[in-house]
Formats: sequence, C-alpha cells, structure tokens
Amino acid sequence: MAATARHATTARLILALAVGLVLVKSLLPAGLIRPPEWLVMPFADWINGVFYFLQNDLGLMTLTRAFSDVVEWLLDVTANLLYGKNRWPNLGPIPWGVIAVTAFMAGYALKGWRLAALSGGTFVWIALMGQWQWAMETLSVIVVAAPFSVTLGLVLGVLAWRSASFERVLNPILNIAQSLPHFAYMIPVVVFIGVGPKAGAIVTIIFSVPPMIRMTLLGLKKVPEEVIEAGKMSGATRWQLLTRARIPTARAEILIGVNQVIMQCLAMVVLASFIGMPGLGQKLLQLLQALKIGLSVEIGVTIVLLAVTLDRLSKAWALRLPEHGHPSPLWLQRHRLLVIWLALCALAFALAHFFPCFLEVERKQALSVAKPIDALMDQVIRLIAPVTAWLRWFLITWVLIPMRDAYLWLPFTAVLSLLAAIGWAIGGLRSAAICVAYFGLIAMSGWWDRAMITVYMVTISVALAALIGLPLGIWAARNTTRAARVLLVCDTAQTFPSFIYLIPVIMLFGVNDVAVVAAVVVFAAVPIVRYTVEGLQNVPPELIEAANMSGATRRQLLWHVRLPMALPTMLVGANQSVMFSLFMVIIAAFIGTQDLGQEMQRALSSTDVGKGLVLGLAVAFMGLMTDHLILRWSEGRKRTLGI
Amino acid sequence: MPVGPIPCLKWGSSVTESVITCRNVSKVFGPNPARHLADLRANPALSQSGYVHAVRDVNLDVQRGEMLVVMGLSGSGKSTLVRCLSRLVEITGGTVTIEGQDIATLSEPALIDLRRRKMGMVFQSFGLLPNRTVLDNVAFPLEMRGQDRATRYARARDMLDLVGLSGRETYFPRELSGGQQQRVGIARSLAVEPDIWFLDEPFSALDPLIRREMQDEFLRLKAMMNKTIIFITHDFDEALRLADRIAIMKDGRIEQCDTPDQIVLHPATDYVAKFTAEIDRARVVHIGSLVQPLTAPVTGDPVAANRTIRELARQLVSDPRSHIPVAGPDGRVIGAVLRQTALDVLLGDGH
Repeated sequence: MAATARHATTARLILALAVGLVLVKSLLPAGLIRPPEWLVMPFADWINGVFYFLQNDLGLMTLTRAFSDVVEWLLDVTANLLYGKNRWPNLGPIPWGVIAVTAFMAGYALKGWRLAALSGGTFVWIALMGQWQWAMETLSVIVVAAPFSVTLGLVLGVLAWRSASFERVLNPILNIAQSLPHFAYMIPVVVFIGVGPKAGAIVTIIFSVPPMIRMTLLGLKKVPEEVIEAGKMSGATRWQLLTRARIPTARAEILIGVNQVIMQCLAMVVLASFIGMPGLGQKLLQLLQALKIGLSVEIGVTIVLLAVTLDRLSKAWALRLPEHGHPSPLWLQRHRLLVIWLALCALAFALAHFFPCFLEVERKQALSVAKPIDALMDQVIRLIAPVTAWLRWFLITWVLIPMRDAYLWLPFTAVLSLLAAIGWAIGGLRSAAICVAYFGLIAMSGWWDRAMITVYMVTISVALAALIGLPLGIWAARNTTRAARVLLVCDTAQTFPSFIYLIPVIMLFGVNDVAVVAAVVVFAAVPIVRYTVEGLQNVPPELIEAANMSGATRRQLLWHVRLPMALPTMLVGANQSVMFSLFMVIIAAFIGTQDLGQEMQRALSSTDVGKGLVLGLAVAFMGLMTDHLILRWSEGRKRTLGI
Repeated sequence: MPVGPIPCLKWGSSVTESVITCRNVSKVFGPNPARHLADLRANPALSQSGYVHAVRDVNLDVQRGEMLVVMGLSGSGKSTLVRCLSRLVEITGGTVTIEGQDIATLSEPALIDLRRRKMGMVFQSFGLLPNRTVLDNVAFPLEMRGQDRATRYARARDMLDLVGLSGRETYFPRELSGGQQQRVGIARSLAVEPDIWFLDEPFSALDPLIRREMQDEFLRLKAMMNKTIIFITHDFDEALRLADRIAIMKDGRIEQCDTPDQIVLHPATDYVAKFTAEIDRARVVHIGSLVQPLTAPVTGDPVAANRTIRELARQLVSDPRSHIPVAGPDGRVIGAVLRQTALDVLLGDGH
C-alpha cells in the first residue's frame, strides 16, 4: 500500500510537469514542442541497409525465391483443381457441386444438420451469385497457406516448449509480430517476392504463424503431469512421449490454434489484394473504390459466410469430444458417411458432366441481386441522409477536427510526461520507463504528427466504442439467454475480416474520417461488449447471494459487487479493443486518412521497406504500450481482489 | 523403533530377498538442490526460502512379494518418495537400488527398458490419455515396447477382463466413471506384467463406497499375483486394511515402518500414536503377533495365528485357559498367547 501511495505522489508530480508544459507552450523552445532535428534517427535507412545486405550480399534472395517457387507450384495445383487454371495436373476445375457437397458432409460429420446447412449453403450461395472464380482464388491461397503455417507453428511451438531460452527469445518477437499492422508484413514480402498470388500466400503464411506457436506452447504446457508420468512409466521414449502422449493430449489447444490460423489467413488474404492478390478481396477493393454498393454487399456477404463457415467447421473439429462407436462387422455400416459422401460427389460430377451450369455458373446466369440492393440502399440512404449528414457535420466540425487539432497542438514533451505519469501511477518506474521508451522511439522516428493523428483516431474510437459497448454489455449480462445470444453475435462478428466493416460505413457516410471512425467504433465495440458480458457473468454466485442477503439493490449490486469483480476481465476487452482499432485505423487508410496508415500505403506502393517497417513498428509500439499498461493494471486489480 | 517380535507377515515363511533398497534417500526441490543438501548436512537447522526438502534420509527395504503401504498426510513427501523409487524425479542424495542395480546410474535407454519390463504405476487422477480408447490406453505400454497390434490388443483385452471392464473397449476415458477410469489405469499398469507395482493414492479421488469396492477388487488382484507393491495413501484405515507393512511419513521422514499389528500395538512416536488412538485394535491385531515362546506345556486345540483378536473374541472371553496355544499356517504350535493380554487388546485396555 505504501508503494502505491508513493507511486501516486510521483505520478502527480509528473502530471503537474505535463500540465505545466502545456500551459507555457508559447514560451517553450521549438525543440520541446516537436522532436528536434538531431533527435530524429534515420531508422528507415538503417533498416533498408540491413535488408539490402540480406537481399544482395547474403544471398537470402535465392533462398526466399526457392521457397516461393515451392509455394507457387502448390498454388498452381490448387488453382487448377479449384477453378481450372491451366496448370499441372490439369484435372480441374472441380464442379462447384462437389465442393458444396463436401462442405455439407464435413459440417454434418462434425456437428450435425445445422452446420451442414451453413457450410453447404455457403458454397451454393457463392456459386449461384456467380462469384465462384473469385472465391476459389481466395480459397486456393488459404488451402496452401494454412498447412504451412500450422506446420511451422507446431514445430516452433514444440521448440519453444523444449527450450526455455528459445521461448525467451521468441516471446518478444511474437509480441511485436502480433501487434504489427497487416501492411507492415506486406512491404518486405513485396521486396523479396514481388506482387501477386505468390506474395499474397507468403505474407499470409508469415502473418498467421504466431497464434499457432502460442496455442501449441499453451497446449503442451497444460498437459497434466500425471499423463506424462503415466507415459514415462509405460516406458515411452522422449519422442514417443511427445508424439503419442503430449501432442494428442494437447489436441484441443492445437486445433484452436489451427482455427486461429485459418481465420488469420482469411483476414490477410482479403487484405493481400493490396499487393495484387486476386480474389474476393481484390474485387471488393475495386468495387468499394468505384462505390458500387450492391455488388460490394454481395461480396461482403460471401466473405462473411466463408469466414463463419471456416470458423465453425474448424472450431467444431477442435471442440469435438471423442465418443465411442459401436463397431459393426459391416464395412458399409462403419463407413456410412464416407459412402454417402462419395455417392453425392459422383452425382455432382455426373450433373456437371451433362449440365454445364453445374460445372460453373457464369456471371450472366448468376442470380445476382446487386441491382435491387442498389435501389434499396439508395432509398434507405436517401431516407436517413439528413441524419447521417448532420452526424457527419457534427462529428467533423465539433469533435474530430477540434480533437485532432488539440492532439497536434500538444508539445511532444507534454505527451511524454503525461504517459510517464500514467505509467508511474499504474506500475511505478518500470512502467513509466516503458511508456517513455515506446513513445520516445516514435518521436525519434520523425513521424510524430502522423502518429498523433493515429492516436487521436484510436482514442476517439475506443471512447465511443466504450460508450456504446459498456451499457450494451451490462444490459446483455442481465439474463443468461440474452447474454448467450449477444456472445454468439460477438463471436460471429469477430470472425469477419476487418475489411468487411468498411462496406456499411462507406455506404452511410461516404469516404471521409467519419466513415473511418464509425468502422473502427463498431469493430472496437465488439470486444468491449463481449468481455463486459463475460466478466459480469463470471462473478461468483456466492458473492451475489451474499450481497442480496445484505439487502443490496440492483444498482448497488452492479456498482459495488459485479463491476469491480468484472473489471479485470473487462480490461482484457479494453486491451483487445485498442489493438483492433489500431489495426482498423491503419487498414482504413485507403479510404483517406492522414495518419501513419496513409504513409504506410505510400511505402507499400514505393516498396520502401525501411519506411514501412518504421511506421509499422510505431503502430506496434502504441499497441504494446497500451497492452503493458492495461495488463499491469489488471494484474494489480486481480491481486487486490485475490483472483 | 520398537523391538517387538519379528514382523510376521506370513507366519512361518521367511522371505528376505530385498527388491527395492533405499539408503539415505533425500529429495530437495529448488534452484540448486545438491548445494542446498550439502549446506543442510553442515547445518541441519538451516532453512532457506525457495527450497523444499520433500524427502529426508529415508531408509527402506522392500521384500519380494511384499506389500508396503506408505502412509502420510498431504505434504509429507510420500508421493515424492514413490517418484524417487521409479525415478520419475531425480533423487538429490542417497541411493535407490532395484534388484541390486543403482537406478540413478542407469542411462535413459536402460531406465526405459527397466520400466518397460519391470514396473507398473497407477496414479491418483488416473493419468489416462484422453484421445485413446480404453483398449488403446491399456495397450499403450505394450505399444511403447513395439509389440504388434494383435498381441497387444489380445493382452489388453485380458487385462480389461481381469478388472471387469469387458465390453467397454471402445469407450473413451471421459465416458467412464471415476472408478471405471481407475480400473483402466490398473489394467494399463498390469499390462506389461510388472514385478514392481506402484500405486500412488489410487483410490483417493473416488467416493467412499466406490473406494471400498475398489479396495476389495485390489485385494482380489493382489491375491492372484505375486508382486512387490508400493502403495501410497493418506488414509490410515486403508493402510491397515491392505498392508503387509506400513511406513508412516511426516515431513519427509519415515516415522515408523512396521506391520499394522506392531504399529497399533507399539506406536513409535507421538505422531504415530495420534493415528492409532482411535483405531479399534482388536480388528487389526492378529493373535500371532501376541505370541510368546512356550514356557510351560499347553493343552487343548491351538488357534490359527492369522486370525484377528476380534474374530476370536467369543473364544477368548469364554476360554478357561490362561495360555492359549497358537499354530502357524502348517498347523504346528509356534507359541502361546496370554489370554489376559489378548483380552486387554479386545477391550481396549492396557495402552
């Protein structure tokens, strides 16, 4: 307690310094308002130097080219099978019916009729909407990238579990990797591989490995000691122990890792359209830029359906508990589902052979509903135009612009002192030093103004998201069925690739800052709602009973018991919310912002690795700093509450 | 330690071949265990944070075919001790010898070979592999040995038969009750026909009725085979019920190691006495352990040495003789019991 009090005093002193700096701004020398010239380091040139060395002098280029050739060959095979690209083995395209039937049967085998209907229906929808080719272009990359990521993640995860020192090295790398925005990954890949599907696949592989490593490590660490001892007493060698006891027992965690890999792959593959990856993402990007709302909605629905299907299928696989069967002497009976699947596939092949529309639905035959959607949307937009126009005007003139100007007006020394004060209040000297180091590096990168714009967008979005999300979460947690429903919606919304959130906001607000903020707010509100509901639901029932017996009113119960107990969980939500908004703000750059994201897009188009990585790291540092602060705070709260 | 009559586990038979021998076994958990142990030797009163001295200078001999129960409350080091014997943990000091071989010196392949041929172990929370069927779990040790599928499944089926789980071969562990899961654990531990059988609190996770049933089942299995058994428990009644000999542990040390009869008749320390205080000794003590050498000729029919005082209660009360002859398993009189001593035990007097 004494330490906390001391922290508070020091924090107040530093806060006073920050306020002082703001108050006397007009008297400050220029070097205290913006990072002076001598402080800005040419990080980008250094990184470029390293990359030049790796690329040319070290000959890493040949290695990456070799790897990318393998990937390209695999991509060609899947492309031939899925949409009939003219490559070896020249068997494709597989008729859409076969794939739909396969998805249907997979859903049925894993979970039952409802999942079967969802997954089968998704592929039927894609075919009927005439989007087969695009969807298969997207899917062919996932089919190649996901197994690579899973294998790589599994191997690295096992290595990290074997060697504590490797884990110590890997951990900070993973932390940074998971807070780097998507675009930061693309630039080096463009340098080493170029653009196109190959580059898209490779950036997808790299991007989706970290969660697999994390889940593998977690799963291996969670294997009960007695299972391992039982394995040892059974005379298992180390290898037998790993492959037959440890990994199978960690099955659930590892498969959740696979699920995350698939979802990350989908999110990245859609975004990889920025580096020339064909498929749904590219179409969506073109249509959005041309403001063709009807068609973009159709593609959006396809991406959402695909995301939900992939998520539910892989999650059903991960969470499936083994169940004993009744061994039947008949082969046919034992392999009933397999036989049905084969029969349905044969039927689909036959149909495709005799009716061309079962092989591929052409664009003109498609049941596209883009025109009616366009018309409907026009009506809706015209109807609510006064509201959105007013909202846009109000937000821009009275909230966004003043806030942006205020953030830009602040002297950078005041910002650093403020962060130091917050850090000190939460975690003492160490946290203060971490905050100052992260933002100090951003100041030294020379992108202070751009970074401040990103910070302003994120703060306003998270604040608005909390304003919406907290009451919604508290309302949802009031009864169990409603909570379950809201959690399901949140879970589903979290599977959508971030790109999708841009469609409705562009429809409503057009291309400007308000649209960006709106998209970020929706995206960032999801984790806040989710963790608020979870936190409130998981308050121990004895505590609530005790409070009720003490005569607490509902309001007292909420404020004095449930919210304080739920706070640590809610903070996790806040943390995710900040991360999500950072990612979203950067992605939204292509609809016009002036922050780090815009610069990153420029770096991408001029393939400037150094600049791109510096900008990416600046974003990552913001995320890591928030992560550190919130984690420390939540740990402190947990310790106080004894949970 | 009390010097009573020679432990008469199997009256008459005298087995003396030691299968497991512990000499000054110590186990220290902490960052630098060996160093801490050396410091402790120099200064026994030393207490250093970050170190746990789980097992302290344990000396133990386990005879072939004997069932030794290690009894102690939680934190007494009993589970660590059994892991020292199977080298699931590396001991810090002393030696553990199994059939004349110091197991600390075994290479990894040799240790694996020893476990594959000679050892079986049953765990408190069963330690079953959740992704394998019952049959595959039982066949697991055989699979590790590289036996072919047909042989190992045949053997596993026999084992499941033995523990009464036939018909559940295709079930998964989570589909079974706790008692059934432990039966699978027992079947697995017996699959390789081990000479040495470790059981680490096998019935502690089960509810009392099932526990009793499993103890009976265990006694049935034990009677069927001649194995050296180390059984860990925190339940004194269980220990008395099952053991040939009991080692009572406290704070990593063995307080007393003796037959149940001797432990309830002559508890070595106050700590042991606390356990025995509430026990009905007449149910535990066999008449054989009260036998004294013949000093005068005795008359009448002898009683069998392996019957408890409780079982003989009626006869003891009504028998007119002051010295009752006692016969060993071969029917030969091995001595006599003073009726008064036996009645004291029966009525709870004397101690």
